[in-house]
Amino acid sequence: MHRSTPLVLAGGLLALAVACLLSLMIGARTVSPSTVVEALRAYDGSLTDHVVIRSRLLRTLAGIAVGAALAVAGAAMQGMTRNPLADPGILGINAGATTAVVAGVYLIDASQVAQFTALALLGAALGTVVVYAVASLGREGATPVKLALAGAALTAGLGSVVNALVMIDDSSLDRLRFWQVGTLGARSLADISRVGVLMAIGAVVIVLMAGVLNALALGDDAAVGLGVKVGRARALLGTAIILLCGAAVALAGPIAFLGLVVPHAARLLVGGDYRRIVPLCLLGGPVLLLLADTVGRVIAPPAEVQVGVMTALVGVPVFIVVIRTRRQVGL
Amino acid sequence: MTATAPRPRRSPRSRRTVLVTTTAGLLLLALMIVRVLVGTPMVPLDLALRAIGGEAVPGYSFIVMDHRLPTAVVALLAGAAFGLSGTVFQTLLRNPLASPDVIGVTLGSSAGAVIAMAFFQADGRALFWFALLGGLLTAMLLVAVAGAGGPGASGGADNRFVLVGIGVAAALGALISYLLTRLSLQSAGDALHWMIGSLSSSTWDRAAVLAGALVVLIPVLALLVPRLRILQLGDDTATSLGLSAPRTRVALILVAVTLCALTVAVTGPLAFVAFLAGPIAQRLAGRPSFPLAAAVGAVIVLLADIAGQNLFGGTELPAGVITGALGAPFLMWMLTRTPTSGSGR
Repeated sequence: MHRSTPLVLAGGLLALAVACLLSLMIGARTVSPSTVVEALRAYDGSLTDHVVIRSRLLRTLAGIAVGAALAVAGAAMQGMTRNPLADPGILGINAGATTAVVAGVYLIDASQVAQFTALALLGAALGTVVVYAVASLGREGATPVKLALAGAALTAGLGSVVNALVMIDDSSLDRLRFWQVGTLGARSLADISRVGVLMAIGAVVIVLMAGVLNALALGDDAAVGLGVKVGRARALLGTAIILLCGAAVALAGPIAFLGLVVPHAARLLVGGDYRRIVPLCLLGGPVLLLLADTVGRVIAPPAEVQVGVMTALVGVPVFIVVIRTRRQVGL
Repeated sequence: MTATAPRPRRSPRSRRTVLVTTTAGLLLLALMIVRVLVGTPMVPLDLALRAIGGEAVPGYSFIVMDHRLPTAVVALLAGAAFGLSGTVFQTLLRNPLASPDVIGVTLGSSAGAVIAMAFFQADGRALFWFALLGGLLTAMLLVAVAGAGGPGASGGADNRFVLVGIGVAAALGALISYLLTRLSLQSAGDALHWMIGSLSSSTWDRAAVLAGALVVLIPVLALLVPRLRILQLGDDTATSLGLSAPRTRVALILVAVTLCALTVAVTGPLAFVAFLAGPIAQRLAGRPSFPLAAAVGAVIVLLADIAGQNLFGGTELPAGVITGALGAPFLMWMLTRTPTSGSGR
């Protein structure tokens, strides 16, 4: 049997606290835990350590928000599409959001996070609709392999468009090449809180609809039998997913594989009930993202490896394991 | 242990293949001529012919002989190489979606080349070795991770291989994005430009490299194709005919990866050409055909290059942008038509 949920959630909270602490401590200039606590309790702007911790605090907050958003979105996508491979990166939602942002930078010289957010939400919505529509056509409906391929096709096609835009304009290239890889650095508290509100709305919707996710995961017929209004539930969940993914892309760039890995890990710990998976994702997503970000800061000094690269390093093996263990069942 | 293909009788279908291939050849010739003559400035046919004949035609000799003609030749060869490479993968894996650009082999070559550019300031021949190494490592990784008994051994469409390939491609994409952040802005721009896939820096040297490789690889492929057809009947049949299935697969993958990596090193990854050529050729001929796939690949690259040069006013778009932007919808359209969990073909 699976471990009791309260215990796992308590462990998740503890892990999150440790991840936050590590994220505040470690970097080019490493500080002690006691200094971190001191800086949080009585901030002194004249101490270099405190200034460092303050900048890391913003980064940590961004990491918590983005990690939770992507993990919860991934869980909802996996349940709703009954697809073990669902992830904002793999299904092309990130690509849609990225393309919209790049087009915005190039065409209207967007540079504010608010502009990024609006563009990313629009792009995420378009990407989701295109991928889902394409995969749903044909006799079999939206099978995992068709969703993944449609996502890959959209990502590759839009990638060409993005490259063409970026190539024409060097200044966009310089701004975008760092953003495009997925990074948590350099966000203001105002940006984080503004985008965070969107994420919170999306997350709350999904937490409240976890029971509906359980029903949808059984298949549409079973869900209808259980009294779920399938169309409305999908529309609501889809909107929440788009909010979460678009906001995450706006804040941190396209980060793939986190939304794939965390729900699977949660499923291993607490079983297949989305009422337990979703809350655990809220904790596990930030833990994984913060750890990935922290390791990326020190793995290749003096430079940083962006968090998007780190999540891909962790995520691809998991992706492959999922494919292999599923055999041909449903794939 | 030589296995010879059962020689097919001249059926209406094979007559159709010959007809379509001839038409494609004529179309290619026409497109080459268009590529040489059309653009800014337009070159009159008689002047172009005199320039090609070796005469020094002021203002035109350089454009024709040092720019447009080598570009057209590189486009032809690159398209053919991508078309062949893609068709080998698609046939071997029994899945029209399993082309090297979808399953990450092309990206592996790109990553190898970007590493070479980033850390060793390599170009030319060195770039090819890195691209080849990247492509081969990716292919080996795919076989090791996805292949229980080798790709295609399970029979039926190998979706698992494709899915693993998508994951590997995503990881390579992240790696390349990361490498781009480590380069100077100038080099990042260059690398990005190269990664889109462009024919704009084609020279006779590059055309010669491609031509040399094709001269070696095409006969090898011609020897292997009959065995590939036998492999498609299943491993048991192949073994009973005295064919070593694993060895044949390795040889085919080596040839296909080399074709792909070499072309990537010369032109950059022209997205979706390898993916498109085989299925289009099959649709036209009513059956799989390697020569036709090569011709279709070349037609696609030439068309994309001509379109990118001439259709967008003052802006010259590289061929890779055109193939990428048009290939994606085609892949999606194929997804809606192909029974992915069925036999694939």
